Amino acid sequence: MNWTVAWITARGLFGRRRFLLLFPLPVILLALTWFAKSTGSPPSGWGPPLLSGLGIAVVLPIVALIVGTGVLGSEIDDGTIVHVLTKPLPRREIILAKLAVSIAVTVAVVCVPMFVAGVITDSVRLGGAVAAATALGAVAYSALFLLLSLLTRRPVLLGLLYVLLWEGLLGNVLSGTRVLSVQQYVIAVADRLGDSPFLLEARLSTPLSLVMSALITVASTGVAIDRLRSFSVAGETS
Amino acid sequence: MSAVELTGVSRWYGNVVAVNDVTMTLGPGVTGLLGPNGAGKTTVLHMTSGFLAPSRGTVLLDGQATWRNPGAYRHLGLVSEREAVHGFLSAREFVTASARMHKLPNPAQAAARAIGLVEMADAQDRRIDTYSKGMRQRTRVAAALVHDPAVLLLDEPFNGMDPRQRAHMLDLLHRLGADGRTVLFSSHILEEVEQVSGTVQVIVAGRLAASGDFRTIRRLMTNRPHVFTIKSSDDRRLAVALIGEPSVTGIEVAPDGLTVRAGDYGTFTRALPKIARGGGIRVQRLHPADESLESVFSYLVAT
Repeated sequence: MNWTVAWITARGLFGRRRFLLLFPLPVILLALTWFAKSTGSPPSGWGPPLLSGLGIAVVLPIVALIVGTGVLGSEIDDGTIVHVLTKPLPRREIILAKLAVSIAVTVAVVCVPMFVAGVITDSVRLGGAVAAATALGAVAYSALFLLLSLLTRRPVLLGLLYVLLWEGLLGNVLSGTRVLSVQQYVIAVADRLGDSPFLLEARLSTPLSLVMSALITVASTGVAIDRLRSFSVAGETS
Repeated sequence: MSAVELTGVSRWYGNVVAVNDVTMTLGPGVTGLLGPNGAGKTTVLHMTSGFLAPSRGTVLLDGQATWRNPGAYRHLGLVSEREAVHGFLSAREFVTASARMHKLPNPAQAAARAIGLVEMADAQDRRIDTYSKGMRQRTRVAAALVHDPAVLLLDEPFNGMDPRQRAHMLDLLHRLGADGRTVLFSSHILEEVEQVSGTVQVIVAGRLAASGDFRTIRRLMTNRPHVFTIKSSDDRRLAVALIGEPSVTGIEVAPDGLTVRAGDYGTFTRALPKIARGGGIRVQRLHPADESLESVFSYLVAT
């Protein structure tokens, strides 16, 4: 963990206009939850689609995508990454610093509203469960999207395809794809912790979800470190 | 004292060879990497700075490969051509952050020294966004110099600078070279290289075309045959008069003017007005036909 790299990364993240994109989704989540609650209808009807369907399946991955690709992808895009790479820093330190920033920002932007939405829906226990589960998701998604920034020049597009097609569409049609779906891990862990009728039911076992989350995080980070070691700058004029 | 050694370095992208079997050794002082656009200068600099793996050959800095070796940056500074900077930082923040990433014992002091070296102290607390191109470039040089590297690489450092900024940068490079640093900068403009460096490496179409003392290469360049097209009030009479001039090696007469080959640029261009005036001929157009840099370079490759 290198604090200077983390500091520059955070300044860069907050300095870009893209950062403002982070806020509408959590606000919509909270507004809808509050509105549903105020209608007086039972949360068993609107809880699962709101908390799991919107919060876990949409808000979390989209925010993590914006942040995860923002901490490294934007710097690769505009070339400022060269300033960080021309330093005698082990590439591990750079990746871990960026990962830490991505996780911290995603957790702050997603877990806090998720907690509030859980409390509004039912109880502090439900809030705590969805917040903890989304925190786990924030870690895995951040590692995944950070790696995408190094594998492709279009990490946002590829990340969206993963979230929308793989997790969103295929995850509902082909049960086999769920094993490689961070969304399913988060749903499973939230269901286990919250044990509440107001959440979608787990389709994977909790141990499998935890192991797979850890595996994806560690593997993505490891590959990202190695890719950064071989980071090439293509000459525009060569 | 640090040395950069490129031995038999080639780099290709698919079927395209960008750099072909380049061998050079760089020592203390300023060296210009001269070549037309697209010759492979940037590719050479990227390989030297560890941002590109050579397809063949070795790039060594003090005996160690630069590729996949972040430790090399302890002795190496790079100012890339893309002027990307963290515009939301001030020069002081930016250079201090560089010093911290180098893990220098006293980052603030090192940053102040580097900023002083490029004479940016007055503006150091303004956001980099607000700087002129030259100021940005100097800030990037300061960041590249903050750890006092023995080797400094700059890719087209004069691009887009106005004459004053250019003079400033020239002076800075001079000083860095005189301090015993190994400075390598690329340029496609002959005059820039002439003003800064005693040694040049000329690269054309991916190959090292000439290498060594600038004056020797400059002489090669100026003594090559030059071709001029001339239109005058009486082309034939002018041709007769010119053929008696020793610097003229050949003349071709065409309906739209003369094509004159001269062995020596300076002598011919000084002689022409005198000859024309002596014969009462009015020169309407005088045009050097092959003064493009590419032709100068291709002449060098041929010799």
